Amino acid sequence: MKNNPLKNAFRDSLPVLSGYIVLGIGFGIVLEKNGYGVLYSFLMSLLIYAGSMQYASVELIAAAASLPLVALTTLMVNARHLFYGISMIDKYKGAGIKKPYMIFALTDETYSLTCYTKYEDEKERHLYCFLVSLFNHCYWVTGCVAGSLIGSALPFDTRGIEFSMTALFVTVFAEQWLGTKKHLPAIAGLAASFVCLVVFGKDNFLIPAMVIILVALGFMKDRVKNDE
Amino acid sequence: MMNSTYALSAILIMAAVTALLRFIPFLVMGNRKTPAYVEYLGKVLPYAVMAMLVVYCLKGVDFTVAPFGVCEFISVGVVVGIHVWKRNTLLSIVLGTLCYMLLIRIM
Repeated sequence: MKNNPLKNAFRDSLPVLSGYIVLGIGFGIVLEKNGYGVLYSFLMSLLIYAGSMQYASVELIAAAASLPLVALTTLMVNARHLFYGISMIDKYKGAGIKKPYMIFALTDETYSLTCYTKYEDEKERHLYCFLVSLFNHCYWVTGCVAGSLIGSALPFDTRGIEFSMTALFVTVFAEQWLGTKKHLPAIAGLAASFVCLVVFGKDNFLIPAMVIILVALGFMKDRVKNDE
Repeated sequence: MMNSTYALSAILIMAAVTALLRFIPFLVMGNRKTPAYVEYLGKVLPYAVMAMLVVYCLKGVDFTVAPFGVCEFISVGVVVGIHVWKRNTLLSIVLGTLCYMLLIRIM
């Protein structure tokens, strides 16, 4: 059947399968190197389930950052999830018992698949979105756990594999850049972050950068909208 | 093994804050229509935030010490180039990472 949500969810999630396995393994290895084993990798991928934050968390935990700083960094790094939720409010309406899990598992990659579903039928759409969320979550946990297990047994030098996180963001940035004619928000984000990095230093630049980005986006609202 | 109570607390806090951020729009907006300004931010923030995350990843690069961040910037260039060329997320990530792992060994 053409509209089979199970088949479609699995097929659409295949690019995420490969991406999450690579990034998950990278994360597991980095975590392992910092002295935290497979149990931590499993717990973090199951409960936090946010790639960029998990990578950032390794540094935070290794530096024994204070818990309020951990909360604040999570808030800043994951603030974008607020906006994913906003666009799924209508699509997830009426999903019933599946809904809390679908919201919990709304990562960048899951969002990129679920926000474009063409299912007219609400039940089929909810099942599809639920399955995509579940499949992606399974891939991520599998990748992270595999990374921890491989990391401790790997016979060769894995130094530099953490660059996969940078590569992911650069790829998403490039993909977004190619997908729009409005480059002002991206340029504002780049400029604000770079200036704040120079001015405030690498440990304190994220929060001022977020504030400046919000203000800058507010100011350019009319210009960005007029370009449409 | 480091202090496991601390690590577990940190993990639970990160999980709670992340889940909170994902749930807030659904809790706050409920059945109301999304305000136009929030909708606008939802559209443009991803572009700016992704740029910020790229800078965040490269924040540790030291331009005053050899090799002056050359490995990072060549590898970022490779990722961008391959992505513009092939538009394949996985390919861009894998080749960019391999390039970086190679460069830091030879430079």
